[in-house]
Amino acid sequence: MAELIKGETGDWEIVIGMEVHAQVVANSKLFSGASTEFGAAPNSQVSLVDAAMPGMLPVLNEYCVEQAVRTGLGLNAEIMHHSVFERKNYFYPDLPQGYQISQYQHPIVGKGVIEIDLPDGTIKEIGITRLHLEQDAGKSLHDQHPRKSFVDLNRSGCALMEIVSEPDIRGPEEATAYLSKLRMILRYLGTCNGNMEEGSMRADVNVSVRRPGEPLGTRCEIKNVNSVKAVQMAIDYEARRQVEIIEDGGKIDQETRLWDPAKGVTRSMRSKEEAHDYRYFPDPDLLPLDIKSEWIEEIRETLPELPDEKKKRFMADYGLSLYDATVLIAERARADFFETVATGRDAKLAANWVINELLGILNKDGKTLAESPVSAAQLGGLLDLILDDTISGKIAKDVFAEMYASGKDAADIVEEKGLKQVTDTGAIEKIVDEVIAENPDNVAAYKGGKDKLFGFFVGQVMKKTQGKANPAAVNALLKTKLG
Amino acid sequence: MSELNHLTLTEALEGLEKKDFTSVELTQAHIDACEAAKSLNAFVTTTYELAIEQAGASDKRRAEGKAGPLDGLPLAIKDLFCTKGVQTTASSRILEGFVPQYESTVTSNLFRDGAIMLGKTGMDEFAMGSSNTTSGYGNILSPWRSRSAPEKDLVPGGSSGGSAAIVAARAALGSTGTDTGGSIRQPAAFCGIAGIKPTYGRCSRWGVVAFASSLDQAGVFARTTRDCARLLKSAAGYDPKDSTSANLPVPDFESALKGDVRGLRIGIPKEYRVDGMPKEIENIWQQGIEWMKDAGAEIVDVSLPHTKYALPAYYIIAPAEASSNLARYDGVRYGKRIEGGNLKDLYELTRAAGFGDEVKRRIMIGTYVLSAGYYDAYYVKAQKVRNLIRQDFLNAYGQCDALLTPTAPSAAFAIGENEDDPIKMYLNDVFTVSVNLAGLPGMSVPAGLNADGLPLGLQVIGKHWDEETVFRVGDVIEQAANFKALPQSVLKKAA
Repeated sequence: MAELIKGETGDWEIVIGMEVHAQVVANSKLFSGASTEFGAAPNSQVSLVDAAMPGMLPVLNEYCVEQAVRTGLGLNAEIMHHSVFERKNYFYPDLPQGYQISQYQHPIVGKGVIEIDLPDGTIKEIGITRLHLEQDAGKSLHDQHPRKSFVDLNRSGCALMEIVSEPDIRGPEEATAYLSKLRMILRYLGTCNGNMEEGSMRADVNVSVRRPGEPLGTRCEIKNVNSVKAVQMAIDYEARRQVEIIEDGGKIDQETRLWDPAKGVTRSMRSKEEAHDYRYFPDPDLLPLDIKSEWIEEIRETLPELPDEKKKRFMADYGLSLYDATVLIAERARADFFETVATGRDAKLAANWVINELLGILNKDGKTLAESPVSAAQLGGLLDLILDDTISGKIAKDVFAEMYASGKDAADIVEEKGLKQVTDTGAIEKIVDEVIAENPDNVAAYKGGKDKLFGFFVGQVMKKTQGKANPAAVNALLKTKLG
Repeated sequence: MSELNHLTLTEALEGLEKKDFTSVELTQAHIDACEAAKSLNAFVTTTYELAIEQAGASDKRRAEGKAGPLDGLPLAIKDLFCTKGVQTTASSRILEGFVPQYESTVTSNLFRDGAIMLGKTGMDEFAMGSSNTTSGYGNILSPWRSRSAPEKDLVPGGSSGGSAAIVAARAALGSTGTDTGGSIRQPAAFCGIAGIKPTYGRCSRWGVVAFASSLDQAGVFARTTRDCARLLKSAAGYDPKDSTSANLPVPDFESALKGDVRGLRIGIPKEYRVDGMPKEIENIWQQGIEWMKDAGAEIVDVSLPHTKYALPAYYIIAPAEASSNLARYDGVRYGKRIEGGNLKDLYELTRAAGFGDEVKRRIMIGTYVLSAGYYDAYYVKAQKVRNLIRQDFLNAYGQCDALLTPTAPSAAFAIGENEDDPIKMYLNDVFTVSVNLAGLPGMSVPAGLNADGLPLGLQVIGKHWDEETVFRVGDVIEQAANFKALPQSVLKKAA
C-alpha cells in the first residue's frame, strides 16, 4: 500500500521516477584504454582521449557494452540491436571534450521490469524505461584553493549506465526498496559495485505529488542524492514542500533541485527556462552500435542466478521462510556462503546459524562476511558435530564463540576442551541417580504433580556433566526414574 | 644540383636509388626553395634542422639497403596533422604554442616509410575556408600570378593552401592535406598540381585536428598522379584507433596507372553545368571529355538530381559538427588561455581571442542548426539530403565507372575577392562538397591554363574504395594535358 501524505486538505500521493547512474565494472574506460581504479592520485589515469587532446578519437570498449547488455538482461529488459552514441554538448571544465558521449534517441536497452520487496512482504513491479551507456565527467574540486577550482580527470570517460525507471514508485519506502533491489541486481551481475559513498552509484530522483487517482503532477528533479538514506530524506522533504505549495494555492515549477544533506533540504538549481540546450546529435566519430542476437544469447548464458530466482529456490528447495530467504539472498556472497554450509546438512539449521549466529556477531562487530574469521566449511564442520550428536546445540554456541575468536576448527576445539557429548547411558544413569538421591524433597514434589520441576532435574544433570550429557538421553532416563 | 627541387617525387626517388644525389642534398635543395618561396607564407612552422637530421638518417638507411618506399623524400605536412614534438596550430591562434606529445597516424605512416618533414603548412583556420585568408598566421599566397593583373596576389585555394602552394612552388616533392568539402582538390586546381582525397575511411583521422568528423579525410598533393599514388599508398591504411577507418587492404595505387582508359565509362553529370559557369571552365571540361573519348573511354551522360542541395546541406552538417568539435578549445587544458574573473569570462575571452571570424561564424551556424526547435528543420533535413546525394552517386555508378567534372567554378582569384559575402566564398566548393557528403574518392589534376595564364583543374570522382580507377583516369588526363607550365615566381628564380 502506497504511503500517502496527509495534507491540510486531504491525502496526497507521491509519484517517483528514478534515474540511477551506475559506473560499469570494467578495467578501462568507455572510449579509452585508461584505468578506472578508484582512489588513484589525481589526473594519473587520463589518456589523451580523456583529456580531449586535438585529433583524439573515441574507440568503444566492447566489454562495457557486454556489461550493459548483461545488466539489461538482468533487468528483464529488451536489448536493442541498434543503438547510437550521441554528443550532449555543454561547457564545463571537468568535461574536456565540451560534450559528453551518451545515448539519447536510441539507447542500448529498452523497457524492462524489476520486482521490489516491500516491508509488508508484498512484491511490486517497477518498470524500467531504458538503460543507456555514457561517459562520466571528471571531478571539479572547489575547496583546494581560495580562488581557483581544480579538476581531476581520473573519472573522465569512465563508463556509466544510466538506468531510468518509470514513474511507478510511490513514496520513500518504495524508492529505497527500488534502489536497494537495483543495487542488489547490479552486484549479482557484477556490472556495478554499487558503492554510493565512492560515487559509483548515484541517483537523481523525480518527485511529484497528486491526489490519488488524478493525473501526474509537475515534477522536480532532485540531484546529488548519494545514499539510500538520502533518497528517503530527500523525497520526504520534497513531497512535503510540494504539498505545502499546492495547498497554499501555489503551483509547482518544473525545475532541477539539489539535495543539501547538511541542511536536510532541497533547493532550486535551475528552472526549466534555464535548462541547457544540449544540442544532441549522433557522434560522427563513432559508428552506430549494432549487436547480433547470437552475442546477446552468449551473454545470457553467462548470467548468474539472480536474487528473485534464488529466493524462490531457497524457499522451495531448502524449505526456508520468506524472511530467512530474503536475508540470505541479499548478497550473492552471503547466499553462496549459506549454500556451502547447507549442502548435505539440515538447511534450516544452516540458515539459523548463518543468520542468527554468524551474521549477528559480524554485524555487531561491523564486519563483512568476507572478513569473517569462520569460513563456510568451518561452520559446516560445527553443524556436523551437532547433527551427529557429538555436541549439543548449547555447547555448539560456546564452540562457535571460540571459533570466531581463534579461527580454529570446531572439532579441534571440542577435542582440546573435552566438550564431547556424553551419550553413554550408563554414565548418565549414574549421575541421574545421584541427582535423585540428593533432592528427595523435589522428587516428592514432582511426584505430587509439580511437573515444572522436570526442568530442574535436567539442569542438575547438565551441571554435573558440564553440559556434555546428551539432552535426549537425560530426558529419557529422568522420565523413567521419576516415574 | 640546383634543379633537384624540380624533380618529381618519382624522379627524385630514382635519383636517390641510383645514388645521383643524397637525401641530405635533395632536402637541402628543397629547404633553399622553401626559403626562396618565403613570401608565400606557406608554413606556420619550418623544421629544417629536423629535416636535415631525418635526411641523414635516411641516407644511412639507404646505404644499409633498408630504405623504405618514400625514403629520403622531403614533404610538407599540413598543420592540421599533430606531429610529436612539433608545434601544431591548425592555423589558429587558439592552438599557438601547442606541441603534441603524439604523432598522427598518417604522418606516422609517412615517416615509417622514410619521408622527411620540411615543416607544417598553413591553411584556413581549422581548415574552414577556400582561400587561405582565414589563417590566424596571415594570408598564404599562390605562387601564380595572372597575366592581366600580375601585381595582384592570388589565393592558393583552401583550406590546404600552404600544402598546395609549396608543392607548386617546387619547394616540396609532395605534401599532406585534408579535404572536408574540397580542401585538397580546389587548391590543387588553383595551384596547378595534383591532389587526391581518398574514400572516407581510407586514411585514419587519428591525430588530425577535427573540423567536421563525418566529412574530414586526409589526402595528398604532388605534381603528378604517380607521385600522389605513391604518397597515398604510404599514408593510407586501417587504424583501430579511428572507429571510422576501414579495415580494408590498401591497393598498390601505382599499378592502376595503365596509361589507358579504353572500355571505361566516364559519367558527365548534367547538373554540374551550373548557371553562370565561366566559359573557360566549360571549355576545359569539354576538353577533358574529348581527351577521354580520344583515349577510348565511353562518355555517358548521367544525372545527380540532388546536386543543388549539396552546398546548403554541407553548410549545415559541417558547421554543426565543427561547433561541437571545437568546444574543447576552452583555455582549460592547453593552447591559448585568457584569464578572466570567473569561468564564463575565461571561456569567452579565450575563445573570442583565439578564434578568427570565419571559425566563429561557423560555430554560431553550427550551434544554431543543432538547437532545440531547429534541429529537425536543419540538421535532420540536411542528413536526409546527404543520403539522397549519396544515392544519386550510387545510381549514377550503375551507368559509369567514374565521373569527370571541373574541380572549381573559376581559376584562382585575388586575395580580398569574395570576401564581402560568405556565400560567394562557399560557392567555390560547389563541385567538390557532394563528394565529401557521399564519402567518395575525388582527385584534381591540372588540365590547362586559362586565358590569364592561371591553372584550371579537372576532377575525377570514383566509386567508394575505387581510387584505382580515379588514378587511372587522372593519369590519362595528365598525359593528354601535358601540363608543364610553371608559376611565375618559380620561373623568375630559374631565369
